Amino acid sequence: MALAKSPWIIHVNCNSCNGCDIEVLACLTPLYDAERFGVLNIGTPKQADIMVVTGSINYKNVNVLKNIYNQIPDPKVVLAVGACASTGGIFHDCYNVIGGVDQVIPVDAYVPGCCPRPEAILDGVVAALSVLESKSQGKIKGKDVKLKGNEVPSNA
Amino acid sequence: MTTVIPFGPQHPVLPEPVQLKLELDNDVVVGALPSLGYVHRGLEKFVDTKDYNQTLYICERICGICSAIHSITYARAVEQLMNVEIPERAEYLRVIWSELARVQSHLLWLGLFADGFGFESLFMECWKYREAVMDIMEMTTGNRVITSMCKVGGTSKDLSKEHINIILKAIDDLEPQVKNLEKVFVNNYTVKKRLVGLGTLPKQLAYDVGAVGPTLRGSGVHFDIRESPSWSIYKDLNFKAVVENDGDCYARTKVRIYELYECFKLIRNAISKLPEGEISIQIKGSPTAGAEAISRSEQPRGEVVYYVKGNGTKNLERLKIRTPTFANIPALLQMLPGIKLADVPVVVLTVDPCISCTER
Repeated sequence: MALAKSPWIIHVNCNSCNGCDIEVLACLTPLYDAERFGVLNIGTPKQADIMVVTGSINYKNVNVLKNIYNQIPDPKVVLAVGACASTGGIFHDCYNVIGGVDQVIPVDAYVPGCCPRPEAILDGVVAALSVLESKSQGKIKGKDVKLKGNEVPSNA
Repeated sequence: MTTVIPFGPQHPVLPEPVQLKLELDNDVVVGALPSLGYVHRGLEKFVDTKDYNQTLYICERICGICSAIHSITYARAVEQLMNVEIPERAEYLRVIWSELARVQSHLLWLGLFADGFGFESLFMECWKYREAVMDIMEMTTGNRVITSMCKVGGTSKDLSKEHINIILKAIDDLEPQVKNLEKVFVNNYTVKKRLVGLGTLPKQLAYDVGAVGPTLRGSGVHFDIRESPSWSIYKDLNFKAVVENDGDCYARTKVRIYELYECFKLIRNAISKLPEGEISIQIKGSPTAGAEAISRSEQPRGEVVYYVKGNGTKNLERLKIRTPTFANIPALLQMLPGIKLADVPVVVLTVDPCISCTER
């Protein structure tokens, strides 16, 4: 319960066009002010509860995403923001785009739109919070994503 | 003995994934190697499967911050390719929207930059003022970020009398607020202590490495595509490029702040001269095989170049985009050696990196 009152988010930009990223940032700034719900944007995955992912995945950033996901301690939830993060969006046919984020990590809530409005993102965070609460009570178990040996980038 | 420290791809200061491998001697940077490709989608290849009208919406999504100017530049290139003249009202409407986009982009950058050197209240202040522009975007086009107001052959949206009154009032409100921001960015002791003399790029070097936009103009080179003859409309609007001579982070910040006033002036002048009439023309047929066109315009980050080539069908043969941040990366690599690790985020942010533009 206490966890859901002050969730800290980590924002991960995968393959995004910046549109969703600036809307995620706009959520944290005075007009929308997610901080009044105790939501704080934090730079390090080790302290985060909610992973906000924008953009689809490609062959280079997929391992970065998995690494960050595995570094977040349990209980954790993943929020896919925007059409790209949900399905690949307008770019799903591009040669370097694998698809939505849910192809590599389990996603708990989706926010549709290109780009979603800040209200929609806040709504998604609230939806993710209820999942986080169930997870913190042990009702749903999280799982680790396995990295294949040769996929681990030396620098990520 | 040097240490190599990876800066990125996931870094608290940069919202975007880019990696700089920094070679350090104690805590002074001696070399930097960028590693790109985390945001590469392969958009230029995408024109094979999309026709030239659909490609506009792809170009718009190259970058969410300068999306309006991306779509306008692409539309201008295709119009040139097909030899069509668009209505004059559409030209003026495009200027109004692209300058509004520049205002929001510069306010966004000023905020992120303030956050980069740890001035969080200033970050919040900039983003609060920026919301006024986002509201105009939403009111006039229906969306806050990806506006889709441009199409090949003109614009798809029009500005009504009420819209224009609201825009003028919003700008009148915004200008004193920007003056307040200017006081902090230009006069504040802490800000000056952090920025003056940092990451200096001399005039000749800036020109030689091919820097563009505020990075180039901050080093004293007078160059802005809006002053070129290909953009005749800006001449009618009494546009003057903003140039600063010092070439450090402080000068680049000042260029962006003073450009905001220039944007307000352009919007006011464009609104006062806005002619009546159609906003778009119907374009039929497809580009002739082998025809080529180049279109350049000034984005908030610098000059963007679009090259298009037709092949006789609805699809384009080739679309090539040279984006401003791509041109500014060599300049960034010249600025980094000699500064301390703690100043790296500030210097990286002063070129206003837009990685999704760069990698497409």
